[in-house]
Amino acid sequence: MQASVSSLSISLPNSTFRSNIRFCGLRQQALGFQSVSQSQLNKSQRIRIVGRKSRLQKRLVSVSASDSDNGSPTKSFDYDLLIIGAGVGGHGAALHAVEKGLKTAIVEGDVVGGTCVNRGCVPSKALLAVSGRMRELQDEHHMKALGLQVAAAGYDRQAVADHASNLASKIRNNLTNSMKALGVDILTGFGTILGPQKVKYGKVGFPDNVITAKDIIIATGSVPFVPKGIEVDGKTVITSDHALKLEVVPDWVAIVGSGYIGLEFSDVYTALGSEVTFIEALDQLMPGFDPEIGKLAQRVLINPRKIDYHTGVFATKITPAKDGTPVIIELTDAKTKEPKGTLEVDVALIATGRAPFTKGLGLENINVETQRGFVPVDERMRVIDANRNLVPHLYCIGDANGKMMLAHAASAQGISVVEQVSGRDHVLNHLSIPAACFTHPEISMVGLTEPQAKEKAEKEGFEMSIAKTSFKANTKALAENEGEGLAKLIYRPDNGEILGVHIFGMHAADLIHEASNAIALGTRIQDIKFAVHAHPTLSEVLDELFKSAKVNASVTKPVSEPVAV
Amino acid sequence: MRPSAFFLKPRSGSRIPVVRAKIREIFMPALSSTMTEGKIVSWIKSEGDVLSKGESVVVVESDKADMDVETFYDGILAAIVINEGETAPVGAAIGILAETEDEIAEAKAKATSQFSSATAPSAPKVEESPPAPKVDAPSPAVAAAPAPSTPGKVVATPYAKKLAKQHKVDIGKLVGTGPFGRITPEDVEKAAGIKPASKSIVAAPAAPVASSAPAAVPSKAPSSFTETPGSTVVPFTTMQAAVSKNMVESLSVPTFRVGYPIATDALDALYEKVKPKGVTMTALLAKAAAVALAQHPVVNATCKDGKSFTYNSSINIAVAVAINGGLITPVLQDADKLDLYLLSQKWKELVEKARAKQLQPNEYNSGTFTLSNLGMFGVDRFDAILPPGQGAIMAVGASKPAVLADKDGFFSVKNRMLVNVTADHRIIYGADLAAFLQTFSKIIENPESLTM
Repeated sequence: MQASVSSLSISLPNSTFRSNIRFCGLRQQALGFQSVSQSQLNKSQRIRIVGRKSRLQKRLVSVSASDSDNGSPTKSFDYDLLIIGAGVGGHGAALHAVEKGLKTAIVEGDVVGGTCVNRGCVPSKALLAVSGRMRELQDEHHMKALGLQVAAAGYDRQAVADHASNLASKIRNNLTNSMKALGVDILTGFGTILGPQKVKYGKVGFPDNVITAKDIIIATGSVPFVPKGIEVDGKTVITSDHALKLEVVPDWVAIVGSGYIGLEFSDVYTALGSEVTFIEALDQLMPGFDPEIGKLAQRVLINPRKIDYHTGVFATKITPAKDGTPVIIELTDAKTKEPKGTLEVDVALIATGRAPFTKGLGLENINVETQRGFVPVDERMRVIDANRNLVPHLYCIGDANGKMMLAHAASAQGISVVEQVSGRDHVLNHLSIPAACFTHPEISMVGLTEPQAKEKAEKEGFEMSIAKTSFKANTKALAENEGEGLAKLIYRPDNGEILGVHIFGMHAADLIHEASNAIALGTRIQDIKFAVHAHPTLSEVLDELFKSAKVNASVTKPVSEPVAV
Repeated sequence: MRPSAFFLKPRSGSRIPVVRAKIREIFMPALSSTMTEGKIVSWIKSEGDVLSKGESVVVVESDKADMDVETFYDGILAAIVINEGETAPVGAAIGILAETEDEIAEAKAKATSQFSSATAPSAPKVEESPPAPKVDAPSPAVAAAPAPSTPGKVVATPYAKKLAKQHKVDIGKLVGTGPFGRITPEDVEKAAGIKPASKSIVAAPAAPVASSAPAAVPSKAPSSFTETPGSTVVPFTTMQAAVSKNMVESLSVPTFRVGYPIATDALDALYEKVKPKGVTMTALLAKAAAVALAQHPVVNATCKDGKSFTYNSSINIAVAVAINGGLITPVLQDADKLDLYLLSQKWKELVEKARAKQLQPNEYNSGTFTLSNLGMFGVDRFDAILPPGQGAIMAVGASKPAVLADKDGFFSVKNRMLVNVTADHRIIYGADLAAFLQTFSKIIENPESLTM
C-alpha cells in the first residue's frame, strides 16, 4: 500500500474483525478500535511514512494515521514504544499500547504471530481437536455405553495437517490485520539494540534502519531446546516445530521429555495410531504437575494407552534413521551416568523444553548479560544489567525472560509494562495466571502445587488445607460418560485464601478460570461459595470444591445489592 | 448431594473370613451400597511387604470415589491377584495374605491356580520357576531373535510389551515381524492365540475412495435405494460384519439341498430319560450327526481350493447359537468320540462362554460340519447357508405330530421332524448326501446307541 506525502483522507480497510479475535490469551481491543476509526474518518489525517529511505515503500508498511492529540511521540523519538518481536506477547503489548495512546511500532524478523500462532498453541490445538474426536469415535466401549455404534473411524493425514496449517494462517492474518488496522507500524527485519532507546533493524541483504523509541520491549520468545548429542534432521528426529506439520504419523515414536508438550503430542500420536515411548530425565513423569494430579494423569493418559516409558534416564545420543536403520537412541542413567541400553524407533520427538531466543539482540551494547540465554528482569519486567542496575526504558516480556513461559503470561506481562509506561505502576501477580494441558481429558492449574504450598506454609507459619472433588459426582460429566476427573483446592483455612487449584477432567482448561479470577481479584473462599453455578454444568465441580472447603473466617465482603426478581 | 470426603477408612467393609489356618484372602470391599465392582487404583504395599492390622494396603476406586482399604490382619502380602488398573467384582479376592514367610510360596501358588486368567489357553507358557520373583520387563539376555540391529536385544513396541505382560507371553522368545525386526502387538497376539481385538486405525488415502469394501464383492456398487421415511441406519458391529462377509463368500460355492423326514418318537422318549442327567437335545442331535458322519467321511470333508477333497481327521460339530446382537458357532470337537454326557457338559460350558463373549478362536473356527436348529420356534423346515470352509450344514426343524400312511393304507399319528442339509456339490454328490441322511435317520429312530 503506497502512501504519498500530502493530506489525504484514508479509508481504513473494512475490518470485520472488530471484536472477534481471540488468540490464546490476548486481549481484544473492541472499544479502542472503534474510537480510533471514528476519529480517523472525520478529521484530516496527518500521514507519516515510516523510515526515510525510498526502498521502504516496497515493504509491507502500513501507514499510521494518528490523531494529533493522541500518539505523537514525545521529544524527538520516532516512537513512544517499540516492541521487538510480534508474537503473542508483543501483540498483546501493542494493542494495549494503542489503547493508551502510545505511538507504537513492532519489529518482526520472521512471521507475525511468532511461535504460538505458527508453531505452537494454534496448530497443536487443531491437531488435538482431531485426536480428541478420533479417540472418542474409536472408544467402542464408551460409545456402546451411550448406545452408539460407530463404523471404523479413519483419517486422512494430509487433511488433518491442512486443518492445522490453515488455522495458523488464518490466525496469523487476523493478527497482522488487527495491528495494521489499529495503526501499529509493523517493521520487517531482525531488531538489534544499539544503545539506550535506539534500535536497528533490517532484513538480510538490505541496509539497516535505525529508529529511536522512548521505551523498548524485548519480546523475542523462544525456540525448541535440543540437548547436546541429539542430531535433528527434521524428518525422523524432530522438534515440535516439525511435528506440528504432521508430515508423517510414525508407527513408533519416542518422546524425549514428559512435560505438557510431550504429553500433548503423545495424545495426538496415540489417537492417530502410533505407539509412544517417553524418555524422562527425572524420576517422575510429568514433573511440573502437582504430584497427585500427575499420578492420576498417568493412570488415565498413559497406562491404558499404547505408551510405555523410561524415567531417570537421559537420551545422550540420537542418530536419525538412514536406509535400513531406524532412529537409534542411546540412554544413560541420569544419576549414575551408566549406559542403560538403546531404543530403536521410527521417529524421535524432542520435547525437552524451550530455550530463549536472545542471540543477536545486541544486549552487550547496553551491558546486559543473559543467564542461560534468558534476559534478567525484575517483577515489573524491567531489564537488569550486568551490574545489577535497572536499564531505564528497557523491558523484556514472555519466553525471553523465562518467568512463565506461556503465551497468555507474555501478553499479560506486556500489558503490565504498557501500564507502567503510561504512568501507572503495575505488578503482575503470576500466581493468578492459569496454565493448561490440552490432553484428553485436560489438565489445568493455577497457583501453587501441594508441595510448594506446604513449603510456603511451613516457612510463613500458616496452616494449609486441601479439598478435593471428583467429576464422578457431577451430573453433566456423568451424562457425557466422562466421570474420570479430579479437582483439587489448596487453601488457607484461617482466612480463606486460595493458594492453588488443580483440575484434571473434561474441559479443565476452561473451568480453571473461575479459580484464577478469584486469585487475581483476591476473592476468598467464604465469599465465592455463595456464587451460583448453572445446573447441570461441569462448573459445579468447582462449586462443590469451594463448598467443601472448611474456612474459619466469616464472609468478608457483602455480596452486591440483591436484586429482587 | 455432596460427594463423601476422600480417604475414608472403612471400618467394616471387607469381610475376610479365615479360609485356612494361615493364608487369607483380601477381598474387594463394598465401599458403597451401590457398588458392584471396583477398580484397583494403586497398591500401597507391594508383594513381600509386611502388613500390620489397620494399615492401608490398596487404594480402590468405587463408583463414587477412591478409598484406602486396610488389612484386618497382620501378615505378609504374599501375592497380588488383581493388579493396578484392573477391575474385580465386590467380594472377589484381590490379594493373598500369608501369616508367615513360609506360607508365601503356598499363597502364591494358590493365587495363580485359582485366579489365573483364562485368556491364553494355548500360549507358549514359558514362566520362570515359581520361587523366583515375577519379572515384568522382557528378559534381555535371550537367544538372539534374527533382528538385524543388535543380537541378543529384544526390541518390542510399547503395546506389544503390555500385551505380553497381560497374556503372560515370554516376549524374549518371539520373532519380530515389524520394521527392523521389532516385535509388534500382532506378533504377541498370535503367540497368545488371541484374535486381534482392536481394528487398526485406518489412515484412509487421499483418493476419493475412502474405506474399501472387503474383497470378493462384485464390482457392482451397492445401489442407492430411496430411503423410506422414518428409517434409521445402524452400522454393523464387528460380529455382524463378519457374518455378512461369510454369507457373501458362500455365494461362490455351488450348493444343493436334500430334505428328509425323520420319525422322532424314539428320540423324544430317550430325551425324557436323559434330560435329568443334563443332556440337551442339541447334544443328542450333535452326537447322532457325528456318528453318521463317521460312516460317511465325504460329508465331513471340505473343498478348500476348488480342485481337491480335504478330508478332516476329526469330526467337529459346530452348532449355531444366537446371542444378543449376533450369531456364533461354538464347536463340539471330536463329537463322535465323546459320550453323550461329556458332550452335554462341554456344550453347556461353550454356551456360557459364548454368551460372555469369551470364546477362543479355535472354539468357533474349527468346525467341520454345522448344525442349525430352529425347531424351538416352531419352524418345520428351512434352508441353511453353507459356512465357508465346510462341506455341509444341517438345518433341523421342529418335531411335530404328523399323519403318516403306511403301505397297507393305515393311518397313524407320529412325531416327525424335517431335516434339510445344504452341501457343497464340488465334493458331495446327491447320492452321498442321501446316504448320509438315511444313516442319520436310522440312528435317530433307534437312538439307544447314542447313550453308549
